[in-house]
Amino acid sequence: MSTIVEPVPSGLTRELGGRLRDWVPALVVFVLAIALWQGLTTAFHVQTFLLPKPSDIARSFWENKSALWSAGVYTLKEAAGGFVLGSGLGILAALLLARFRVVGAALMPFAIAANAIPIIAFAPITNNWFGLLNPFSKMAIAAVLCFFPTMVNTLRGLTSVHPSSIELMRSYAAGETAVFRHVRIPNSLPFMFTGLKISAVLSMIGAIVGEYFGGPTNALGVSILNDTQLFDFPRAWAGIVLASAFGLAFYGLVVLAEHFTTSWHPSARSFSGE
Amino acid sequence: MSVDAGSKAVSIRGVSKTFRTGTTALVDIDLEVEPGEFVSLIGPSGCGKSTVLRIVGDLVQPSAGSVLVNGKPAHRARLDHDYGIVFQDAVLYDWRTVAKNVSLPLEMLGWSRARRKARVEEMLELVELRGFESSRPWQLSGGMQQRVSIARALSFDPSLLLMDEPFGALDEMTRERLNLELLQIWEKAGSTVIFVTHSIPEAVFLSTRVVVMSSRPGRIADVIPVDLPRPRGVATREDTRFFELVTAVREALAAGRVEAPPRSLATGEVY
Repeated sequence: MSTIVEPVPSGLTRELGGRLRDWVPALVVFVLAIALWQGLTTAFHVQTFLLPKPSDIARSFWENKSALWSAGVYTLKEAAGGFVLGSGLGILAALLLARFRVVGAALMPFAIAANAIPIIAFAPITNNWFGLLNPFSKMAIAAVLCFFPTMVNTLRGLTSVHPSSIELMRSYAAGETAVFRHVRIPNSLPFMFTGLKISAVLSMIGAIVGEYFGGPTNALGVSILNDTQLFDFPRAWAGIVLASAFGLAFYGLVVLAEHFTTSWHPSARSFSGE
Repeated sequence: MSVDAGSKAVSIRGVSKTFRTGTTALVDIDLEVEPGEFVSLIGPSGCGKSTVLRIVGDLVQPSAGSVLVNGKPAHRARLDHDYGIVFQDAVLYDWRTVAKNVSLPLEMLGWSRARRKARVEEMLELVELRGFESSRPWQLSGGMQQRVSIARALSFDPSLLLMDEPFGALDEMTRERLNLELLQIWEKAGSTVIFVTHSIPEAVFLSTRVVVMSSRPGRIADVIPVDLPRPRGVATREDTRFFELVTAVREALAAGRVEAPPRSLATGEVY
C-alpha cells in the first residue's frame, strides 16, 4: 500500500518532461512525412497548383508573414469570440436543462434535431444579417457551431451523477443549489471540457468558412480564397497551415485549462506517469 | 405521537411501500429501535432492507405508515441532521481531498473553517487515516475509502447512523477488521446504528438485535436478540454462542424464504 501514500506530483515540469518523451515518435513521423512530401513533389515534378512543396510553402509564409499573421489573428479573434459566446450559452443552457428537467424533456428533441442541421450552410445568411465586414457575422456561425457540443456534453456531465451522491446531499438537507455547486457542476467538468475541445476546433472552422463567403481582406479565410483565385497556391497553403496552427494552439489552450481545473480527476493519473 | 415513541431512537409503525411500477417492496413493517442500539437488517436481495433504511432517512417516502426518528417525523429529523448515512459505495467526491470529503457535511451545517479543520483531524484520527488528509479518494483502497465515508457520516455527531451494506464490496479480511473498528467507534460515539447487510456472521457479530426480513413482499420475518458479551473481539467469532446465533439467523432466513408466517424464536419477541 506504499504506492497509495505517494502524493500526486503536481509539478508541471515533470509532466512535460514525461510527455516530451511520449511525443518523440510523433515528432519523428512528422519530420518523415514532411521530408517525404518534399521528396515526392520534387521527384515527380508535381505542379504547384496540385500540391506545392513544403519548402515553397515555408518561403511564401516567410515572405508574407506579417500579412498572414495579422489575418490569422483577426480570424482567431472571430473564432474565440464565437467560442466564448456559443460555449457560454451552451453551458448556461445545460445548467437550465439540468435544473428544470421538464423544460429539458420538452426541448431536447429539438436540440438534437437542430444539431443535425449543417450549420455551416447558414454562413451566407449570417453574413447577410450582420454585414460582410462585421466580425460578428463570423462569430455568430462559430457560436452556433460551438453551442451544441458544449451543451450536450455539459448536460450529460450534470445529469450522469451517481444516485447515492444525490442521496448523500439530501441526507444533509442540502437544496438544489448546493447539489449543483458541490456535486453536479464538479462532476460535469470533464464532460464539459470534452465539449469545449470539440468547440475550439469547430470555432476556427466556422470563422474561416464564414469568411469564404465574404469578409474583410484582412481575414485568413478571405486571404486563402483570394490566393487560390490568383493561383498563388504556396501562399494559400501557408494560410491553411497557419489556420491549422492557430486551431491547434486554441485546442491546446483548452487542454491546459482542463488540466488545471480537473487535476483531481482519476484520469489525471496518466499525467504523473503511473 | 405517543410518549413511548418519543423515547425511541427510531419508531417504524405499519410502514408499507409500493413503488410506482406496482412492485410491493414492503408490507406492514413495525420496528422500534432503542437509543444506543445496533440493529442489523438482513434478508435476501430484493427484500426491501435498503428501502427501510431509506425510509428512515426520509430519502424514500413510505406508501403507508409512519416513521419517527428521535420522536420527530423522519422529514424533520433529516432537516435537523439527526442521522449520518454510509452507502455500499463510499460515495466520495473525486474533486475533494479526503479531508474535504469529511468536512462536506460540516460545510453544509455552516461550521467555521477552524472548527471544521479540528473536527476533520479528530475524525481521521478515529478511523486511523491521519496523514491522508490531502490524498484523493481514488488513491485509497476500498476499505480506506469506506473508513473516510464513516468518518464523514460521524463528523457532525448524528445520534443515528444508517449504514447500507457498507462493507459489502470489501474482501472478507478487510470486512472483519472494519467490523471490529466499527464496534469500537460505535462504543465510543454512543450513537444508534441501523445496519443493512447480507452477511449473517457480520450481523451477529455487530448487533444487539438482528432483524430478519423475507422477500416478495418484504416484511419482518423474525427479530433475534444477540446476547453475546461486549466488548466483542476476535474471540467472539469463536464463541459457541456465536455459532448458535448464526444458525438461528440462518434458519430464520430459510423459514422466511418459504414464505412462512412471522414466528418467534424461544428467546425473541416479535415486533
